[in-house]
This record gives sequence, structure tokens and C-alpha cells, in this order.
Amino acid sequence: MDASLVVLALFDGVAYAALVFMVAVGLTLIFGVLRVLNVAHGSLYAIGAYVTVSIGGAMFAAGFSPVLAFPLMLIAAALVGVVLGAPIEKFLLARIYHRPEVLQLLVTFAVFMILEDVQRLVWGNQPYFESSAVQLLGNVEVFGVFYTRYQLLFLPLVALATLVGLRLFLRRTLTGKLITAVTEDREAAQSIGIDAERVYMLTFVAGAALAGLGGALASPTTSVLPGIGADMIVLSFAVVATAGLGQIEGAAITALLIGLGRSFAVYLLPELQVLVPYLIMLLVLLVRPEGLFGTPAARKI
Amino acid sequence: MTRTTRIAAALLGGTLLTTPGLAQEVEGAPDALRIGITTFLTGPASVFGVPAQEGAEMLIEGINADGGIGGVPVEATFIDEGAGAQALTTAYRREVENGADVMLASISSGNCTQLAPLAEDLEVINIMWDCGTQRIFEEEDYEYVFRTQANATPEMLAAVLYLIDRKPDFRTIAVVNQDYAWGRDSWDIFSTALKALKPDAEVVGEFFPAFGAPDFSTEISRLSALRPDVILSTSWGGDLDTFVQQAAQRGLMDQSTFVLPLGESSLERLGSALPEGVIVGARGDHFFRHPEMMGDAEFDAFVEGFRERTGSYPIYSVFHMAQALAALEAAYEKAVEANGGAWPDTEQVIAAMEGLEFQAFGRPVTIRDDHQGVEAQMMGTTAADPDLPFRTLTDIVIYDGAPLTAPPGEESLEWLGTLSPDFAGTVDAATFD
Repeated sequence: MDASLVVLALFDGVAYAALVFMVAVGLTLIFGVLRVLNVAHGSLYAIGAYVTVSIGGAMFAAGFSPVLAFPLMLIAAALVGVVLGAPIEKFLLARIYHRPEVLQLLVTFAVFMILEDVQRLVWGNQPYFESSAVQLLGNVEVFGVFYTRYQLLFLPLVALATLVGLRLFLRRTLTGKLITAVTEDREAAQSIGIDAERVYMLTFVAGAALAGLGGALASPTTSVLPGIGADMIVLSFAVVATAGLGQIEGAAITALLIGLGRSFAVYLLPELQVLVPYLIMLLVLLVRPEGLFGTPAARKI
Repeated sequence: MTRTTRIAAALLGGTLLTTPGLAQEVEGAPDALRIGITTFLTGPASVFGVPAQEGAEMLIEGINADGGIGGVPVEATFIDEGAGAQALTTAYRREVENGADVMLASISSGNCTQLAPLAEDLEVINIMWDCGTQRIFEEEDYEYVFRTQANATPEMLAAVLYLIDRKPDFRTIAVVNQDYAWGRDSWDIFSTALKALKPDAEVVGEFFPAFGAPDFSTEISRLSALRPDVILSTSWGGDLDTFVQQAAQRGLMDQSTFVLPLGESSLERLGSALPEGVIVGARGDHFFRHPEMMGDAEFDAFVEGFRERTGSYPIYSVFHMAQALAALEAAYEKAVEANGGAWPDTEQVIAAMEGLEFQAFGRPVTIRDDHQGVEAQMMGTTAADPDLPFRTLTDIVIYDGAPLTAPPGEESLEWLGTLSPDFAGTVDAATFD
């Protein structure tokens, strides 16, 4: 494997990691604050993709500029967060925070199943493809290999901006500090007058919107069809579990690890490609059961 | 979570309103000929299953409007293959126990492998209407199971023949197939045939990304660096669409000749994203612009009717369904005649199926003694057409099915290994511009 191939594999790995991170970060944010593993996250990802593709397709067919594909992604993400995320939190999750974790898992799984069928009802079973955003940015040539600027530059930049933005938001803003406080200790936070319910709602909407944004960002690069949500949720779980539940920076590093592992596998041992994310997860969890960046949970009595 | 749809009532209602005239009385005929059809209504393979279901409903309405089969109306029940193997088996068994006369199963080769022995146990005629695995009749003998189309061997062999004929100077080839039985088996067949027919071709890359993979960027970078002359992919559905779109976006399709043996089923969805000059197959001689069938009144009416009904052109799975129903109709009519005009029992229908010749919307198909169908194979090259928003096929070749199918009793891979480069000259091929 010569140097140019190493560079190519690096590029592929980073581009893939960016997409995976965008989905995993919402999942880990929600878990960090709400302590709920949200299986429906996969559906929110899929719906974000479907909304972007179907609205985008209709708009560009009607002659609107493809530049609008980018604001459309943000709109799709906001729609997913507000229209789906908010009611799921308010009417379902808010009732079961004090219930056993198994029940919470089952409820979000039920939401996932329902939303999967909703997708089939609304969008049918045929794959959609709408790649105006990718075509608009064009290609760039590296060592004789063409990459799309969208995957090579745009996606990693968005992922980086999300990571830095979230970090600044949680550390520097009042709302962010409130979220951090509730994450650390809900009862203590409530006893000093923090409205935990509002924090939960805000976090869930933000997490859902991130899932929608992940789907919206992925949509111009891939076929949008039934089942993409299930595939993504499995991979996101692997990332979140490897990183340690609730670890945002950890999720970024793990996504990078998995992305690079996967792309180097394609170059060196293509047969292993499918296994790589789970091999990494297995190795990490064998050594550190709480995840790369997780801390062993203190049991509250 | 099995979804079954009963459309019989609607069909019977439709029959009464149209001409009941032609059907003559068949002695001992039941009220209805009941068939159970397994197809993917959910999951990724519903890109084949749902159009095929719509095709079946449309064709059965037509059969019943003409008085049914031997004067008996057809009643169809659909079973979802996407619900999982366990649920499928249960639903299949229930359907037979509820009195289904004939079963049509299935799309997935895995499901065919599982249901074929079950059909023997239940003593019900099973028409394998779409699945491609060549192993079923090569590894086992069945009394009740038939296949009304080709299998993977002639499908892949036709692609090899067309490739060698159109690109005689290619040296290197890479493959990108889905990581499951079909992706692996079809590559085994293709590569074995290629080695026999063009021993100097070199395989420079073998990639099997996960089934349903959303991203092929890394494979595409790798292939761009490898620069093989030919890239084969037997993928289908969303996987094929994604691979083609990503490869086209990144200029890979200008570097290498693509061979897509299942590409016919993605033509309409891919639109103009699919470049010209791509070699495409259709698992048989199936195309809504079939060069030998266009102009035939029934063919044109079917294509137009299907389009009006569903908004899309029919793809190969719809044509496979039409073949299964045509075989059913032909077999019952042959059996009624052989039975002196009286309604046949299961054994008599089985006798009629053996050696049966029937025709749907392609060349006639015959059922061999080992119950394998012999179906012609069509290959073509994509080209733009000012009248279509997607690619059509040009430079079409239709190969005779018989010489491409492994002889009865032989295993495909062994048989392919015995072929020599002059085999190509012995296959009857009709070329159309």
C-alpha cells in the first residue's frame, strides 16, 4: 500500500466518519441528558432524508435553484425536531422517565416501528435519489481519483462545526450550562430551581433535529429507501457504546476510528469491511466495558 | 406481521359485469382456482415484489374477465416475504391448508430453498416464479416444484458472452456485489464462466459491501485507483442505484465499462444519472421495449395498462410473474384437454407442467424434465432516447436459453468449467439495433 493509497483511504474514512458522527451525536446527547436510549433515532434520521429528498426533488423540478438544497437541509432538520421530536418527548417519554429502562427502550422501539410504517405509507417502497447538492459543489481530483467536494470537504466541515458548536453551547451559554447541570445530577439541579422538564424537552428536540440533519446531509449521496433508519441506528449504537454513553467528543473520535478502520479494510482486507465497526466495538468493550471515554456509573441508592 | 390481501371478491364482481360468454362448462370444476403468491411487500426487495403484485392483480383480472382458467375464476392471496422466514413458512402452510390449489413462491432464493421441500411435504404444486438460485434442481429432485424462468447460470453466462463479444480486448475486471447469497453465487458463476471463455481476463478486485450499504465511496476510490477495464455488479434495487449514482458522480463510469446484469430493473429510477454505454441485463428476455414483442397487441396493451395503473413501466419481476401465470393457465388447459374435458387433479396438472411450452411477454419458455424453465436471455447497452426521461437499451442481443442452461443432472459450476472459448460461437444469438 503506497502513500497515495493511504491518503485516499484517509479521505474516504473521514468523509464516512463525518456522516456517522452527525447521527451518533444526537443519540449520545439524548442519552447523556435523558438517560433514554432512543431507538426511534433511526426513524428520525430516515425521515430527515425523506423530507429533504421529496421537497428538494419537487422544488428543483419546478425550476428553483439547487443552492436552496442547503437551507432545505436545515429546514428538514428543524421540522423533524419540532414536528416529531417535541410530541414524542412530551406525550411519551415525559411519562416514563421514572419507569424501568427496559420499558423506555420498548417504548422508543415501538415508536421506531410505527414511524417505519409511516414512512412506507407516505413515501412507498421505491428508492429516491436527489443529488443536486453534490452536483452543485462538483468534483476535486486527488492522485487521479475524483472525489465529490460535498463528501471530501463539506461533510467533514459540517461535522467539525457541529462538534465545536455543541461544545461551546454546552460550556459557554446559560441554556447549555443548565443542560450540563441536569446531566450531572437531576435532583440537585431541580432543587436549585432548574426546570428539568424544559431541559429534557430542549435536549430531545435538539437531538431529534441532529438525527434529521444527519439524514438530510446523507440524502444527496445515497438512495433513500425503507430500512435506512434501521441500518443507521445499529451503526450509531456501535459508535455511542464504543465512545461511552453520553460522550460527545468521544463519539467524534469513535466515528473517526470506525470510518478509518472501515476504509482501510476496503483497501487491505475487503472481506472484513462489514465487520470492522463491530470488531472495534468488541475490542474496546472487552478492555473498557464503560466505553473509551465513559466513566463507571456510581450506583445511586 | 404477515399482510395478506384478498382481492377475490372484487375480481368476481368484475367478472360478472363483463362477458361470461366464452367459458364452457368443465366437468367437476371447482368454484375457484385458488393460488397463493409469496412476494416482497416490505423490505428492500419490495422494489421487485410490489410491481409484481400489481402485475399479478392486473393479469388475474384479465384472466377472470375472459372467463377464468378452463371456466374457473382465479382467486389470489398474497403473502409477504419480507416478514421473515418463520412467518413466511407459517403463512405458506396456512394458505395450503386453507385449500390453495397452487402456490407461487418466491422472489428470494433463500425462501425458495426453504419452501421447495415444504411444498413436497404438503403435496402442493409450487411454481418458483422469480428466484434465481441454480442449486434447487441441481441438488435435489422435486415432484411438485417447477420454475417458470431461467436460473442464475444462463443469466450470468449471457452477460459474459455479451461482454466478451462487445469488449473483446478487455484485460482486467473488478466486481462489487452485495454481501449475501446472490452476490456471492452470481460472482462464482460469472467468474467461472469468464475463466473458461476468456482465460486471459484478470480479476483485479473483489468487493462485497454489506447488503443495503448506503455508501460505496471507499470502493469507488479504490476502483478509481485500480482502473479496471470492466466493473461488474449484480446488485439491484437501492444498492445498485446508490452505487451507480456515486460512481457516475465521481467519474468512475467514464473510466471503466460497467456490466449490470440486473440493471433493467433500475433504468427508470436512475433516469439520466445512468450514463450511456453501460451493459445491462434483465434476468431473461424482459424489456418493455422487447424488440421481438413490440407491436404485438397484447404486449403493447399490457405495458400501457401497467403504466396507467402504476405510473411505471413493467420490469423483469413483473414479466416473471406473467410467465408464472401463463404457465399456470397453459398447464391447466393442457391438463383439462388430456383429461377428456374434465377438471384435472394435482397429478394430472403436474404431468401437464412437464415439458410444457408457454409464452407471456417474451419468447416462449419450456419446462424441462428436471422442472427447470428454459428462458431466452437478453442483454443490451444503455443509450439516450429523446422520448424517454431515462435510458433505453440499444444493440440488444437475445440468446437462446437452451445452450446457456446447464444440462439436466449437471452442476452449473462444473459444467461451466468444461466450456471453452469457442462456446460463444455455438450459441444462437439474435441482434437488434
